[in-house]
This record gives sequence, C-alpha cells and structure tokens, in this order.
Amino acid sequence: MNFKTKLGLGVLAFFTLIAVIGEWIAPYDPSAMGDDLLSPPSGAHWFGTTMTGQDIFSQVLVGTRGVMVVGLVCGVLATFLSILVGVTAGFLGGAADEALSMLSNVFLVIPALPLIIIVASMLPSADTVLIAAVISLTAWAWGARVLRAQTMSLRRRDFVEAARASGERTWRIIVFEVLPNLTAVIASGFVGTVIFAVMLQITLSFVGVVSLSTWNWGTILFWAQSNQALGQGAWWWFVPAGLCIALLGTALALINFGIDEYANPRLRKVRA
Amino acid sequence: MTFLLRRALFYLVTLWAAITMNFLLPRLLPGDPVQAMITKLGGRLNSDAMASLYVLFGLDEQKSIWAQYVDYWAALLRGDLGLSFTFFPTPVADVLSQSLPWTLGLVGVTTVIAFLLGTLLGVYAGWRRGSWLDSLIPVTTFLSSIPYFWLGLIAISVFSVTWPLLPASGGYAAGLVPEFSGEFIGSVLEHAVLPGVTIVVSSVAGWILGMRNMMVTVTAEDYVLVAKAKGLSQRRIMFAYAARNAVLPSISGFALSLGFIVGGALLVEMVFSYPGLGYVLFQGIGAKDYPLMQGVFLVITLAVLVANLLADIGYLLLDPRTRREG
Repeated sequence: MNFKTKLGLGVLAFFTLIAVIGEWIAPYDPSAMGDDLLSPPSGAHWFGTTMTGQDIFSQVLVGTRGVMVVGLVCGVLATFLSILVGVTAGFLGGAADEALSMLSNVFLVIPALPLIIIVASMLPSADTVLIAAVISLTAWAWGARVLRAQTMSLRRRDFVEAARASGERTWRIIVFEVLPNLTAVIASGFVGTVIFAVMLQITLSFVGVVSLSTWNWGTILFWAQSNQALGQGAWWWFVPAGLCIALLGTALALINFGIDEYANPRLRKVRA
Repeated sequence: MTFLLRRALFYLVTLWAAITMNFLLPRLLPGDPVQAMITKLGGRLNSDAMASLYVLFGLDEQKSIWAQYVDYWAALLRGDLGLSFTFFPTPVADVLSQSLPWTLGLVGVTTVIAFLLGTLLGVYAGWRRGSWLDSLIPVTTFLSSIPYFWLGLIAISVFSVTWPLLPASGGYAAGLVPEFSGEFIGSVLEHAVLPGVTIVVSSVAGWILGMRNMMVTVTAEDYVLVAKAKGLSQRRIMFAYAARNAVLPSISGFALSLGFIVGGALLVEMVFSYPGLGYVLFQGIGAKDYPLMQGVFLVITLAVLVANLLADIGYLLLDPRTRREG
C-alpha cells in the first residue's frame, strides 16, 4: 500500500469518525439561532456564523452523518445491483446478456441529474434514505458494465470450466469461482459509486429538492446560496462545506487509484 | 455501417425508454402535484391547455393506461409539452427552444475543449511517466472532486465580487437586444468565460486520468517497441502509434460520461443564472413546474443521444476494426 492510498484511507476514517460522533462534539445546536449574525470565523465560532447566527462549524459536523449514510447505503445497494446485472450478463451470455447490457447502457446514457430531480421533487417526503434508494437506481449501471466485461474474460478460464465439468450449479460457480476473482473490480466500483452518490446528494440538497429538515453539506450550501452569502462576501458560509466535499471525494479517488494499481501492475510507479 | 445502424437503434430504444419513464413517473408516484397546480391557476387556464396537461400527466382517470399512452405520444409528436407554470402562459416547448441554444453553445464548446485539452495532457503524462507531469494527477483529482456548482460559486466570489473582472450572471449584458452584432457577441463571450472555465476545470481531470492510464498500458505493447526499434521519431510514435490506440476507450467513454457532464453543466448554469436549460430547470424546481422539468429532461436526453451518435461516428473514423466488422 503506497502513501496515496494510506492518505485516502486516513481521510475517509476521519470523516467516518465525525459522522459517528459529530452530533456529540458539535459546540452548538446547528439549527439554533444566535446573536452573532453573519460573523467571520472566530474563537467562539470556528467557521463563522450564518445570517441568523447559526454556528457553521456545528452544521458541518452534524451534516457529515447524512452525507456518509447516503454514500454507504447507495454504495451497498448500487454495488449489489451492478453485481446482479453485470455478472449475470457476462456469465450467461447470449440473449440474457443482450437484454441486460441494453438495460445498463440505457441507464448510463440517460442524464441522471434531471431525472433524479424530477423524481425527488415529485416524492411527497424526500428524506435521506429514500433519496439514497433513488440515487442507487441510477448509479449501478457503470459498475455493471465493467463487471460484465471482466466476467466475460473469466467465463472460459480453465478453473471455471473445471467447476462446470464437475457438475457445479451455475449460481455456485458464479458465487464461489467467479466473484472472488472480481474483488478488485467490485471494490473500485463500490468506491466510485460512493463518490457519485455523495456528489449527487449534495447537489440535490443544494438545488433544494431534498427535505431541508436534516443537515448535510449540501443544505448548508443551499442556505448560503439562497441568502446571497456570495454578494455579502460571507465566504466562510460556503467554503468549509465545499472543501469537505472535495476532501472526501479526493480521499475516495485516492483509494480507487490504490485498487487500480493493485489490479493493474503497469500503473504502479516506476522506481527510478 | 452495421455498427452505426446498431448504435442508432440503441439510441432509439433509449429515447423510447426516457419518454416512457416520463410518461410513467407522474402516474406511479403518489400525490397529484399537477392537479394542485391546475386548481391554483384556476380559471386562467384555457380549455386547450387544460386538456394537454390532462394528457401529459394522466389526470384523466377514465381512460385506460394504454389509451393515455397513445394520447401522450400524439401530444409529444405534435410538439405539445404542456404549459409552463413558471413562465405562465408560455408553452414549455417555447421556453425550451429559447434556452436550448445557450446550453448547446456553452456545454458543447466547453466539453470539446475539455476533451481535447485533457486528452492531450493525458498523452504527455502517460508518455513521460515518472516525470513532473505525474504530480498533475493528485491536483486534477482534487479539482474533479469539487462539485461543479461549488467551483462556480468560488469563481463568482473571486472574479466578480472580490475583483470585479467578469460578469457573475446572465448570458449577455442587460439592455442589449439579441442580434448579430459585434457588441452583442462580445457581451455573450464575456459572460461565457466564467461558466465555461468552471466546466472545463472540473471536467478536464477525468480525461487526463483515463488517457494517461491507457497510454501507460499501450506504451508497453510490442508494436510501440517495434516502432522504437525502427527508429521513428518520438513524436510519431507517441501520436500515431500509442495515442491513436489509447484514445479509443476515451472516445467510447465520452459517450457515457456525457450524461454526467451535462448534469454538472446544468448546475453551473443555475449558479451563473445562465439563460440555458439548467437555469430554466432551476426555476422550474422552485415553482414545482412539472411540465417544464419533464420537458427539460426530454430535451437534454435527446441532445445527449445526438452527441453520442456523433462520438460513435468519430470512433468509426479512428478504429478501422469497427468498419470491417459485420
């Protein structure tokens, strides 16, 4: 494991910790209004305050959980769907493959953002878990495509043929012979999906189609934007949440590079 | 030619799927948001507009779902997308045809620039692996992890608020009339700089990375070694031997990432109040304007499919194998 991967894992662990303990260590109630209106970062308010005197540091801490939960739920759901569709298509081949590939390609090509915006704004109550489920429905296709290609290259290998010749059932070959060889691809697909889901959730909150009753980094940006934080020069209102998103995204991308380099040795750094 | 025919068929199926989804969504999801809107607008809707909204959103409960589907298609083929609530009483189709050129111009140009720039940088980074160019990777990874809209916000706060160099919103200066004159075009270009640069900066990283990794893989192939042994110039090997093969996954990836890029670009338009589809969609969200939102979705899907077809033609020109097949 190289330095970049370790750095990525470290940052991810940090945000996971904040997601768990954020609510307890937050110095203020994130929704409580205070007397310091729109004040820049200070000792009392590390990230400054909003127009109504809410503490932005507390909002970022408390909001971490929503972001991580959606990332995790989507990652798990979408990865499961992509394995189901991708591996089945790649392993079975023929008409089943044609149909399933067509399905995943359709989902890949249709622009996800406007579609999800429509679905989310039509739902009567767009809470965190529901949004996670909706995002998963559009996020599985990329993983399915990669898994299908990888499975097709495994399908005719000797050890799979051997299992088939010894009369193993199809689902058993898939689960015990094929899947273990796809671990790296599945892992990198999972991480990629988490990045996608986190970005999408924050975007949806920023646009204002998700319920604003729970805090996440996107909601902070929504309030900053709708209160014209930019025009008033209140940079502290939108900089911390954005940096957190970028940091989390970079950490996940670094982990993915680590997985890629593990799977494809040609990408590893050449030692001078 | 079979390759193109197959792709075209696939895009038709995708378009059908998108339209059918658009048809089913308001009928499947609970609640009747459109009915509420119609009640609110009350007598201001004339009977024609009312009828088309009934067809588009399935408020006519008496008809079978199949009859509704047929009516829906008939309305679409007439170009009838209903009335916009936000821009009442303008038809959705009119709103879309006004904003589409802005989006096509902004997103089209920036996507092509980002693709060319990123691919070129990726070619160099992959060819000169181990040089200082490798340090580009973490930087661009960080840039691509920033949401498009946040980068746009930062760009506004730095270049429009702190140092007022460029306009922060709109597609052209207020007071100008859209016409074919130097002043108007200059104003359009000036207004496109910030949103354009934002889109390029956040989308270029993906191309660099994909191209670099393919170059690294391709450089180890035998035909590159042979080219080197023949004593061809570095330039020739890099572009004609390595890059030409390495670019193929980028082009097929281009088609698939386009949906994602367009999503990001719509957000940039929202942040910059750019008069394209993204900003229209944003206004639609606020007003719960479902006819408008669904219209935007259909038009964007159509545009992405056409762009995909263009990318396929490019692929066909670059890779002789696809031409021989079939």
